[in-house]
Amino acid sequence: MPAYNQTVMDHFMNPRNVGEIPNPDGVGEEGNPVCGDMMTFHIKVKDDRLEDVKFKTFGCGAAIAVSSMVSEMAKGKTLDEALKITPESVAGKLEGLPKNKFHCSNLGAQALHKAIEDYRSKQKAGGK
Amino acid sequence: MRKVYLDNASAAPVLPAVKEAMLPYLGEVFGNPSSLHDWGDAAREAVDAAREKVAGLIGCTSPEEIIFTSCGTESNNLAVKGIALAQQSKGKHVVVSAIEHFSVLHAARTLEKFGFEVTEVPVDKHGAIDPDLVRRAIRKDTVLVSVMHANGEIGTIEPVREIAQITRELKIPFHTDAVAAAGTIPVDVNDLGVDALSLAANQFYGPKGVGALWVRRGVRLMPLLDGGIQEGGRRGGTENVAGIVGLGRAAEIVKAEMASRVNQLTPLRDRLLKGLTEKVEHVVVTGHPQNRLPGHASFCVEFIEGEAMLMLLNSRGIAVSSGSACTSRALKASHVLLAIGLSHEIAQGSLLFTLGLDTGAEDIDYVLEAMPPVVDRLRQMSPLYAKFVKSGKGGR
Repeated sequence: MPAYNQTVMDHFMNPRNVGEIPNPDGVGEEGNPVCGDMMTFHIKVKDDRLEDVKFKTFGCGAAIAVSSMVSEMAKGKTLDEALKITPESVAGKLEGLPKNKFHCSNLGAQALHKAIEDYRSKQKAGGK
Repeated sequence: MRKVYLDNASAAPVLPAVKEAMLPYLGEVFGNPSSLHDWGDAAREAVDAAREKVAGLIGCTSPEEIIFTSCGTESNNLAVKGIALAQQSKGKHVVVSAIEHFSVLHAARTLEKFGFEVTEVPVDKHGAIDPDLVRRAIRKDTVLVSVMHANGEIGTIEPVREIAQITRELKIPFHTDAVAAAGTIPVDVNDLGVDALSLAANQFYGPKGVGALWVRRGVRLMPLLDGGIQEGGRRGGTENVAGIVGLGRAAEIVKAEMASRVNQLTPLRDRLLKGLTEKVEHVVVTGHPQNRLPGHASFCVEFIEGEAMLMLLNSRGIAVSSGSACTSRALKASHVLLAIGLSHEIAQGSLLFTLGLDTGAEDIDYVLEAMPPVVDRLRQMSPLYAKFVKSGKGGR
């Protein structure tokens, strides 16, 4: 088995918040299948907070665990708080990722940030 | 939980009879084969007997043409570098296939650092090499052709005999990496017409850490390991006597059992190839559908990634391999899967099942039951699958 710790294995075997949100307020996609990992995040926003977060991930065990952890960390946070989630803080919450997997699999935070940016740009466009 | 080990190409248990044969050479028969006394004689006799058995497995009538090595990788390095470097006064060009094992491909790249040029012959979608492309790749300064007998990742058996006809006609040494083939399918160096052939004990229930390179008399070879006069001066170093004895015994056993092993494994392989493509949608068989190694079934499962499949299968007691980028330490997709024309995306879903002598039909059926839920679960998580489903609906 790959050198994954118990927390990573738990999030891989029992991923939280898998799926898509119908009529999401924002969608973010990061990575591409060529480098092996790709993930999409859907968010529902209420009163500037992430009311719901769902993800889908194509990739290895680490990529799935990362996405699951990001969704868990983000849920209920304000948008500004959620933008402070970083690959490092995700890896920290997962109690470590294998070194060689850190960069390629750890795209969840960026995908979430893109979903938030998507939401904000829609808000701007709608407000005009 | 049921345990089903289908990763026999990576590692397989040493047969009890092989282990029995080896044990005395880890204990009371400890002499150095080069020593000139009874202790040394006992070890040398054992090494010579093993040499005859290995020669017997590959139809070689001159056992002294067998060089014992530490593994298939060493055999391939010795063949590629050793033959090319010994002939560099004649020319500095070698021809290999695009799907060679890294121990051939990377050895050829090392030759480039010594001024050699390397031509990689492409393969078709089944991983088969067109002998005519090998002919066209050969130049006046070609000093070596190296094409594998069978590919360990996709199982395809290559037209080695046809390629040898070309190299013989043009008088160019032809090495074949038979690590995946020798001890798995009948291999006869004279029938094939090759000039050098690599094999490894761990591919046919012998120990890890021992292999052999057969080099036809008259083919010049520069040693990689300079040292004493062991192995006719072609490979220095005190012999791994116990390992060599194990290789010999394993060769002797598989020679006797070859037909029954092939007959046992082939229908199980076909049950898996057929069953999985029927039970799971969007699965591609990699390698040649029929002309492939008997116990070898390989696939790419679309929209999902190999390591995640391996982990879920392992949680159900099933051991397999993958050539996906995420499962390789270098995080690169298998060069073999890309060479047969698969996209990076499809190559990510690579799965490799290698059956063994203890594999039964019920093991295959267990895998066929376990696979659909594993695939479904990962596809439900996959944005690529979601896109595919949506695009399918959009098209209606």
